Amino acid sequence: MSSQPLLSLENLSTHYVSQQGARVVRAVDDVTLSLHAGGTLGIVGESGSGKSTLALSILRLLPPAARIVGGRMIFEGENLLDKSDTEMRRVRGKRIAMILQDPMASLNPLFSIGNQVGEPIRVHEGASRASAWERAVALLKSVRIASPETRVSQFPHEMSGGMRQRIVGAIGISCEPRLLIADEPTTSLDLTIQAQYLNLLRDLQREHGLALIFITHNLGIVAKMCDQLAVMYAGQVVEQGPVSRIFSAPAHPYTRALLGSIPRMTDNRQHLTAIEGQPPDLSSLPPGCAFAPRCPMAIARCRVEAPPEVAIDEGRTARCWLAVPGVEATAATMRSNVA
Amino acid sequence: MTVTTPPIVATEPSPPAAFWRTQGFPLVPVLILLTIALVAVFADVLAPYDPQIGSLALRYRPPAWQEGGSMAHLLGTDHVGRDVLSRLIFGARVSMIVGITAVLFAGSVGTVLGIVSGYLGGWADQVVMRVTDAWLALPALTFAIFLAAIVGPSELNIIFILGLVYWTRYARVIRGEVLSLKQREFVRLAIVAGCSKRVIMWRHILPNVINSAVVLGTLMLGVVIVTEAALSFLGVGVPPPKPAWGLMMADGKQGLMVGHWWLTVLPGICIMLMVLSANLLGDWLRVKLDPQLRQL
Repeated sequence: MSSQPLLSLENLSTHYVSQQGARVVRAVDDVTLSLHAGGTLGIVGESGSGKSTLALSILRLLPPAARIVGGRMIFEGENLLDKSDTEMRRVRGKRIAMILQDPMASLNPLFSIGNQVGEPIRVHEGASRASAWERAVALLKSVRIASPETRVSQFPHEMSGGMRQRIVGAIGISCEPRLLIADEPTTSLDLTIQAQYLNLLRDLQREHGLALIFITHNLGIVAKMCDQLAVMYAGQVVEQGPVSRIFSAPAHPYTRALLGSIPRMTDNRQHLTAIEGQPPDLSSLPPGCAFAPRCPMAIARCRVEAPPEVAIDEGRTARCWLAVPGVEATAATMRSNVA
Repeated sequence: MTVTTPPIVATEPSPPAAFWRTQGFPLVPVLILLTIALVAVFADVLAPYDPQIGSLALRYRPPAWQEGGSMAHLLGTDHVGRDVLSRLIFGARVSMIVGITAVLFAGSVGTVLGIVSGYLGGWADQVVMRVTDAWLALPALTFAIFLAAIVGPSELNIIFILGLVYWTRYARVIRGEVLSLKQREFVRLAIVAGCSKRVIMWRHILPNVINSAVVLGTLMLGVVIVTEAALSFLGVGVPPPKPAWGLMMADGKQGLMVGHWWLTVLPGICIMLMVLSANLLGDWLRVKLDPQLRQL
């Protein structure tokens, strides 16, 4: 693995500010992440935890109310926040591509498939219509569309859902990007098609050396697809590290709760554990740890003081007082005292 | 590993065939419009007389089927002895040219401004929409007369005036459509893929609003033709020797009281047929094109 990460976010914060500036929603709060070329990062969290805002921040495509208020985004050695809008446009689709939440609706109903798959090539590389068309055929083939020569001149309504999805994938990789961000790309698909699509994405990633950011709330997909995992809660990354180690020994109570809520075939649990309570209102967060009100292991300190992001292992961090050396011991004694 | 894709068989019949077989196709209106268009194109061949030259000796001849009429002037003659049929035939040309070019002019200006205002939003939107509001607050006909008084009546000016008066209707409708289109996922995908605003407006938004613009265009054709006739009737439209239908009605209006009905009624029928046909075609297109767009 090369020493220089492909993408590193350093203390990135994106806030939504209401028009009078009265309400500030910290959708992404002090996020530090890094991803190496060819690596796969899964970002997991509940709805409203800031996953999608994080993805849009990377592409600098935020809605007007949102601002990146701090931090740096280093991509291939350059800070994306220093780029002009025009330079940013050359990055989008060319070096960083994205697959949207609803790929079913992502195709323009009035244009042929070839036209749309070839569009980024024409926009970014100034390719001619004919050569973009040829590349489109090759791309359809690489996303395993049967008889790409005929499919390429057909229209979106002539395709099944799974095919449209793969076509959107083909658009994503059309300019050989270095990084592909997939924002819940399988939520609108049924399970068999989902599995096919995930396999395809993984194969494409290997063939093209893509780095992949996979945004999902499905930990099963993370286990299958990703080597790194970041768990988000209330705009912050509460735990991150290699998937296998997080799955075998989650450090943050929230991660533990998420893992506990997955049903398994080999399960002899009678009940799935649900996480009690509601995700917090991001505009009025509690003073301490945002997860403390729902946390079964919270100690007094959690409600007063927000925990720092601590390194708990090689390449692993967590934002929890219980992970801070020394605190666990005190907490244990406190709990035993209560008992 | 192999991926098997279930073959998707299209159940809908191919679009062109279904398009024409649809129930409710307004055959009669389309035939009327086609006839008027053909008459306009071949006016020189079809008209029995020169529409601008008459003979005072032959003034106020009634149509052929009435007492005193003759087969020489099938639909009679006017107050300076010009053949009414020939004037109606050449009038079709004026109405078609003025109607279609004015609709195209208004349509392209309005569509472009509607797309720009709807897609860019912000100050561009504010400017275009406030101008549109102000424009729509003015009574269309009064505004047109005012403009005609400034630039003077001529066929070209009439086209310009009608375009200037009616572009706002396009801007409004198209902007609304663009506002919903720009939230659609395929537009967002184009943004994510790095397309510039110009490319998105031109390639992704415009083709999706063309249907609406065409429907609105057919409906506006009727409005524009009536306005042109009204302007000509009021004397600020197509200048006199040219045979415009509105102008013919204006010229004939004194004759109405003394029984020269054909001078006003016949051009009136022509205007009515053309406007009604355009509206029926527009209505059908609206129903036909809209759901198809949504289905896709």
